[in-house]
Amino acid sequence: MEKRVLKDENDRVDGIYKVTGKAKYFAEYELPGLTYGVLVTSTITKGKITSLDTKAAEKAPGVISVLSHLNKPSAPAYEQEGGPAMKIFYTDKVFYNGQPIAMVVANTFERATYAASLVKATYAKEDFNTDFEKAVSDAKAKKLQGQPDYKRGVEDAYKSAEVMIEAKYHLPIETHNPMELHGIIADWRPNNQVMVYAKTQGVKATQGTIANVFKIPIENIQVNSEFVGGGFGMALRTWSLEIATIMASKHVAKPVKLVITRMQMFTMVGNRPAAVQTIGLGANKDGKLTGITHSAFGETSVYENFTEGVVNMAKFMYQCDNVNTRYTVVPVDLGVPIWMRGPGEATGAFALESAIDEMAHALDMDPLEFRIKNDPEKDQQRNKPFSDKNIKEAYRIGSGKIGWSERKNKPGSLVNGQWKSGYGVSIGVFNANRGRASVKGILKADGTLVLQSATSDIGPGTGTGMTLIASKLLGIPNDKIKFELGDSSLPPAPSQGGSATLSTVGSAVNDVCVALKSTIAELAANSNMDATSNFIDVLKKNNLPSIEVTKQSQAGKEREDYSMYSFSIHFVKVKVHSLTGVVKVDKIVSVGDSGTIVSPKTARSQMVGGAVGGVGMALTEESIIDHRYGRYINNNFADYHVPVNADIPEIEVHFINKPDPYINPMGAKGMGEIALIGFSAAVANAVFNATGKRIRTLPITPDKILATS
Amino acid sequence: MINFQYLRTSSKKSALALLLKDKNAKFIAGGTNLIDLMKRGVSAPEKLIDINHVPLKQIELVGDKIIIGALASNTAVAENELIKEKLPLLAMALNAGASAQLRNVATVGGNMMQRTRCGYFYDTEMPCNKRKPGSGCGAIGGFNRMHAIFATSDNCIAVHPSDMCVALAALDAVVVLAGPKAERKILFKDFHRLAGDTPQLDNNLKADEMIIRLEIPLNNLTVNAHYLKVRDRASYAFALVSVAAGLEISNHKITDVRLAMGGVAHKPWRLTASENFLRGKEATIENFEQAAKLAMTGAKGFGENDFKLQMAPNTIIEALTIAKSKA
Ligand SMILES: Cc1cc2nc3c(=O)[nH]c(=O)nc-3n(C[C@H](O)[C@H](O)[C@H](O)COP(=O)(O)OP(=O)(O)OC[C@H]3O[C@@H](n4cnc5c(N)ncnc54)[C@H](O)[C@@H]3O)c2cc1C
Ligand code: SF4
Repeated sequence: MEKRVLKDENDRVDGIYKVTGKAKYFAEYELPGLTYGVLVTSTITKGKITSLDTKAAEKAPGVISVLSHLNKPSAPAYEQEGGPAMKIFYTDKVFYNGQPIAMVVANTFERATYAASLVKATYAKEDFNTDFEKAVSDAKAKKLQGQPDYKRGVEDAYKSAEVMIEAKYHLPIETHNPMELHGIIADWRPNNQVMVYAKTQGVKATQGTIANVFKIPIENIQVNSEFVGGGFGMALRTWSLEIATIMASKHVAKPVKLVITRMQMFTMVGNRPAAVQTIGLGANKDGKLTGITHSAFGETSVYENFTEGVVNMAKFMYQCDNVNTRYTVVPVDLGVPIWMRGPGEATGAFALESAIDEMAHALDMDPLEFRIKNDPEKDQQRNKPFSDKNIKEAYRIGSGKIGWSERKNKPGSLVNGQWKSGYGVSIGVFNANRGRASVKGILKADGTLVLQSATSDIGPGTGTGMTLIASKLLGIPNDKIKFELGDSSLPPAPSQGGSATLSTVGSAVNDVCVALKSTIAELAANSNMDATSNFIDVLKKNNLPSIEVTKQSQAGKEREDYSMYSFSIHFVKVKVHSLTGVVKVDKIVSVGDSGTIVSPKTARSQMVGGAVGGVGMALTEESIIDHRYGRYINNNFADYHVPVNADIPEIEVHFINKPDPYINPMGAKGMGEIALIGFSAAVANAVFNATGKRIRTLPITPDKILATS
Repeated sequence: MINFQYLRTSSKKSALALLLKDKNAKFIAGGTNLIDLMKRGVSAPEKLIDINHVPLKQIELVGDKIIIGALASNTAVAENELIKEKLPLLAMALNAGASAQLRNVATVGGNMMQRTRCGYFYDTEMPCNKRKPGSGCGAIGGFNRMHAIFATSDNCIAVHPSDMCVALAALDAVVVLAGPKAERKILFKDFHRLAGDTPQLDNNLKADEMIIRLEIPLNNLTVNAHYLKVRDRASYAFALVSVAAGLEISNHKITDVRLAMGGVAHKPWRLTASENFLRGKEATIENFEQAAKLAMTGAKGFGENDFKLQMAPNTIIEALTIAKSKA
C-alpha cells in the first residue's frame, strides 16, 4: 500500500494512480513488436483523390507500409449495400479538409511522421461550403432533416402576447479538446483475434463496432480502456481513424499504435455543432409565460446526419400552455459532429435561458422571481408528475450564496471605476437516464470485494462512486473494494454518456450487493450463525473462499409514471471593463438538484468541471475556419482558448442531496451534463446585468462587448 | 520531422563561426518558438546551434545603463530585483507574456526573434507571403482578428506578438549585435521592420549576426508605469492590444512619457506623436484621451480586427490612467 498523507473515505479510488503516473492510458501500453501509425490528411475540402504517390514514403527509413483506400484490407460492412455512409479512408472521396486519407506505419513515431510528410495526393476538387451561417441562410430552399416539430396549444402564441420578445442566438463550433489525444493501439492477431487498447467511452460499443465492420465474431475482440484522459463525448463512437488502424494492423500483421495530433483533434473526431436559434417568448403583464417558440438550426455533415436535443428544454422547463419547437439540421462540408458535454441541451439552454432573462427584463422583473413564477408543477410535455424536483430550494440556496440581494435589476448599476458588475442566473436540465447494465460481484473470505462491469471512466470517478455504493451497503471499507471496468470481457454495460453511468451501473452494483448480503444471511442461517455475522466468518465457516453474484439491472415501470430529470442552477457574478471589453467572472455558485449525492468529492468535481467548461463556452471557446479553404485557423492550444486558472474564480458547489424516490435504488441522478447546461447563459445574463449589453453570439470576447451598444 | 544536426557551443565566437559556415543553420535558445515552427514545417534548419551555454545571461547595472544578456530567461529578467526596481514596465510586460513554463525557458534574444502567430503563417497549405513570398496573404480577406491596424502593407498585415518588445520599445533600449567581424548597436525601435515589400523579414538582424545583449538607459519611469494587455483569456493568450505606458510626473506636469503598443503592427509600435503631445501637459483624462486620439492617426481595420480601432485608444487611456494612479 502507498503511504497516504490525507485519507478521506470519499477520495477517488484511483487518485493515487492518477497523480503518480501509475494510471495507464491507452497510448502507454507496450506490445511486443509495436509499430507506429501516422495519418496523412486531405488538404482539400471536397472532391476525389485522383492519385496518391506513396513511393518516397515507402522508401523512407523504418517504414513498414503505407495504407490507403488503394490497398486497405477488406472491411465487409463497408462493401455492403447500406453500409456506413462514411467510408472515410475506405474511399477516394473527400468529405472534409483534414480527413484521414492514408496511414504510414513505421518502426518509430518520428519516422512515421517524417514519411507521412512525403505522401503526395492529387485531387479533383469540388465546390464546397463550410460556413454554417451561410448554409442556414441558403437552407430555405432545400429539404432538410431534423426532428419532428412539437406543438402544444396555439402555435407562435408569443406573437400575440401582452409582452413579447424575439431574439436570435448564435453558437460557434466548439471542439472537445480533452487533454488526452485520441487514438488506439490495434493488434490483429492470427485467426482474426483482435486486441485493442482504446480511448473510448464504451468498450462494448467499440467491440461491437469492430465486430460489425469486419464481420468477425464479437468474442474475437478484446477492448481495453481502463483509464481515459477525458472525452466530453468525442470518444462515444469509433471513428474512421480507429478502423484504419485496425486495418493497418491486419495489413502489416503487427500491433499498430496511432495517436493523432492536436490539430487532427479538430477535424476528425467530432465537435459541438454550430447552431442558430430563434426564441420567441410571450407573457402577460404579471409575468406568466403565455407562449414559447424555439426554433433551431444545427450543423451536421454532408455524409452523415447528426441530431441532438437542442429544443428539448423549451417543451417542459416552464409552465406554459402554448409551446412549439422546430429543429432542423443543415449540412456543411466538415467532419460529422458529435455530442459534447451537455450536448444539444447546452446549446438550447444558452438561447432559452438568455431569452428568459430578456423577457424578465422586458417585464422589469427580477429574472429569478420570473423563473420561480413560471416553475412548472408537472411536466406538461409528457403530462406526468416530476419524480423529484427541488428547483425553488436550489434557487434559494444559490441566490443566498452568490449575494443576489446585491443585484440591481437596472443594468449598469454597479460601477467601480471602469469595471461594471452584474449577476446572472440560469437553469440547466437533463434527462435523468437509467439504462441496463450487468455487474458481477465476488465477495472473498479475505474480506475483499471485487466488482466488475464493462463500463468506463472518462474522468468523473466511476470506480469511486461504485465503491461508495457497495461500501455503504455491505459495510466493507473502501480500500477492500475493487471496481474493475474498461474491459470488454466484463459483464456488459452501456457507454459512458448522457449522465447515466451512476444511475445505470450503480443500480446493478446495488442489486449485486443486496444479493450478496442475502446469500451471506442464508449461509449464516444454514450454518447456525447469527444473522448479523461478519461475511468473512460466514464464508470461512462454510469453507468458501468466495461467493459470486452477477446481476442485470434496469429501470421498471416507474419511468412510465414519472418524468425524471436532473436540474442545476447556476449563479454567476461578473465584472466587465468598459474600455477594454474584458469580462472577468468574479464568482460562481452552482447548485445541483440530482437526487442523492453518492460520491461527494467526485460530484463536486463534476460541477466544478462543468462550470469551467461553461466559462469556456461563454467567454473563450470557438473553432475558427477559413471558409475560403475549409481549414481550421486556430487548431492548437495557443489559439483555441480553453479557460486557464486565471480565468476561474472561486466556485461554490451545493447540492440538494435528497433521494429521488423513483429513479433507482440509490435515489441518485446523473450530473455530468447539468454541470454545464445553462451555464453560458448565466454568464451572458450577468454581462447584460453589468452593462446593458445583450450578447447573443458566443463566445463573449472583448471585441463583442465593445461592438455592442 | 526532417533530420537535422544538433551542435552545441559555449562561446560567442564559435557560435558565430558555426553560423557563418552554414547558410541553413539556426541558433536555438529556449526553443519555444523554433521547435513549433519546425514541427509545422515552416522552418527546416539543417543545423541547430544550441547557444544556451554561451555566457550571455547577465543582468546588471553598468554606469547609467542596465545590461541584459541575450540568453537571460524571460523569468530571470522579470524576477530580477534590479529590473523590478528600475524597469518595472519591462517586468510587467514579461509577466504578461506566455505562461510561467514558457517564460522559464524562453530567452530575451528568442523573444525578440519570435515570429508572428498568424494562423496562415503556420499552415503550409495556406497562402502566406511571410512564409512563402509571392503566395499571397491569407489574412487579408480571411481571419484577421489578431492582425495589424498600423502601417500594414498589401503583402502582410501580421503583428509582432511579443509583449517584452513593447516595453523595450518604450524604454529606448539599444540592441547589441555581434557579427563575424565586429559588434554593432541598433536602437530597439529600429530592430524590427515593417512588412512593406519584404514580409519575410521580421527584423534587421543579418544572417551572420547574433543578438548578444540589450542596453537600457535608466529613467524615472519607475513608479507611474503600467503594462496593460487586453486578451481573450486572463493568461496564456497573445495580445489583442497591449500598451506600455510610463509617466514621470512632477508638479502635476508630465515631464517624461513613454508609450508603445503591441498587437497593432508588424513591429512594437511606439506612439511618438502621443508622447510629444503629453510631454509638459497635465496628466488629466482629457489629455490622455487626446493622446489616444493622436495615436490612432492612419489606423486601418481589415474587417475582423476593426474593433481594435476602438480598443486601442481605449487601452491607451486606461493604461495611462492606471500608470498615473500608482504611487
Ligand atoms: C503557446 C505560446 C504562447 C505564447 N504567448 C506569448 C505571449 O503571450 N507573449 C509573448 O510575448 N510571447 C509569447 N510566446 C512566445 C514566447 O515568448 C517565445 O516563443 C519565446 O520568447 C522565444 O524564445 P526562445 O528562447 O524559446 O526562442 P527560440 O525558439 O529558441 O528561438 C526563436 C528564434 O530566435 C532565434 N534566436 C534565439 N536567440 C538568438 C540570439 N541570441 N541571436 C539571434 N537569434 C536568436 C532562433 O534562431 C530562432 O529563430 C508564446 C509562445 C507559445 C509557444
Ligand atoms: S498577414 Fe503576413 S503572416 Fe499572415 S498570412 Fe498574411 S503574409 Fe502571412
